[in-house]
Amino acid sequence: MSSLNVNNLNCQRGYNQLFSELSFKVNAGDVLRITGTNGSGKTSLLKILAGLNAAEEGDIALDNHPVKSDEYQSEVFYLGHLSALSAELTSIENLEFLTGLNKSIDQHLLVKALAQVGLKGYEDEYCAKLSAGQKRRVILAGLFVSNAKIWLLDEPFTALDPQGVKIVEERISKHCAQGGLCLFTTHQDSALPNQKVLAL
Amino acid sequence: MNIYLQTLKRDLRVAIRNPSSVLNPLLFFIISVSLFPLAISPEASVLKEIAAGIIWVASMLAVLLSLNALFHHDFENGVLEQMVTSHHSLPLLILSKITAHWILTGIPIILLSPLLGLFLFLDSESVKVLMLTLLLATPSLSLIGAIGASLIVGIKNSGMLLSLLILPLYIPILIFASSAVSQAQFGLDITGQLYFLATILVVSIMAIPFVSSIALKISLE
Repeated sequence: MSSLNVNNLNCQRGYNQLFSELSFKVNAGDVLRITGTNGSGKTSLLKILAGLNAAEEGDIALDNHPVKSDEYQSEVFYLGHLSALSAELTSIENLEFLTGLNKSIDQHLLVKALAQVGLKGYEDEYCAKLSAGQKRRVILAGLFVSNAKIWLLDEPFTALDPQGVKIVEERISKHCAQGGLCLFTTHQDSALPNQKVLAL
Repeated sequence: MNIYLQTLKRDLRVAIRNPSSVLNPLLFFIISVSLFPLAISPEASVLKEIAAGIIWVASMLAVLLSLNALFHHDFENGVLEQMVTSHHSLPLLILSKITAHWILTGIPIILLSPLLGLFLFLDSESVKVLMLTLLLATPSLSLIGAIGASLIVGIKNSGMLLSLLILPLYIPILIFASSAVSQAQFGLDITGQLYFLATILVVSIMAIPFVSSIALKISLE
């Protein structure tokens, strides 16, 4: 059973020490909710885990594969604050490119994924014309079809309506039931069962 | 290799749907070259002598003008973050973006150059040399420019900074390329200059995607 091990992580931004000697372990099937006040380092932690930022000190590994290794990176899907969509491309074109960055996925699966997040009929709509919530749903559709084991979701519920939040929570539960890991941050109440909490 | 073509296709598609970012530098190129005969002299003997220099300076500035957009949009909308976290090689993805940039600025400049060359009374032999130098050196302009573009991607209003960073690196290309055309006008041998431009291109293709990927990762932190 795979697990994500974080040891003695130390993160500093400018003169601010965000967190130090942070150690935790997330096993396959676990959901970890990261909580903390604004500026406590939740996004920084997720970016470090995604390999975008470097920590001052500490080790991160997925089953002995360190954070920068190909084995680790191919198992990670990072969903940040930004939409990751180009306004000039349609939903399906954006999805094709984004999922292609990890693994090529058949177009009919992408269309199906869009339908699952409530965007049936929006495949050929330019992303410039979508609302903030709809844009969020497009990238979430990309997350749901990805084969990544570790989901790092920074405020995944932002701009989503209650129904959208429910879809995401269901998918997170399903992903973890199938042996995946999910780490997420949110300021909203989350009804996810069996979630562990990490307070920064 | 598949991801290289996929990224290239995506970048070209984005550019075609937002043509102003591609057309502005090209319009600048055409307008700036066509103003010289009005300002200096319409005499064939005068224009012929400075034609290569004018076209080369204008094309360099046009490329510089287009560089800001190379990574900027992808940085703002978060696509760059996804590229860095992808398990594909980041230098390969960057090389693909640079190729798209060259197709959108370098190739149109090469295709427009004979027209502008004739406009400045360049003879057909010199036009051929001009096109050859542009073909050899515009990819280097895109590649070298990518270093600057990746360093300044997180900084707002950084056009001036980009010019300061990149222009000194463009100078050797400018000198060798324009001297090749003017020497060809006198029937002199230009193999030395062409080899020099080719060497810069080969070294740039091999090294710059890696340098640029390191710079991008630093900018994203």
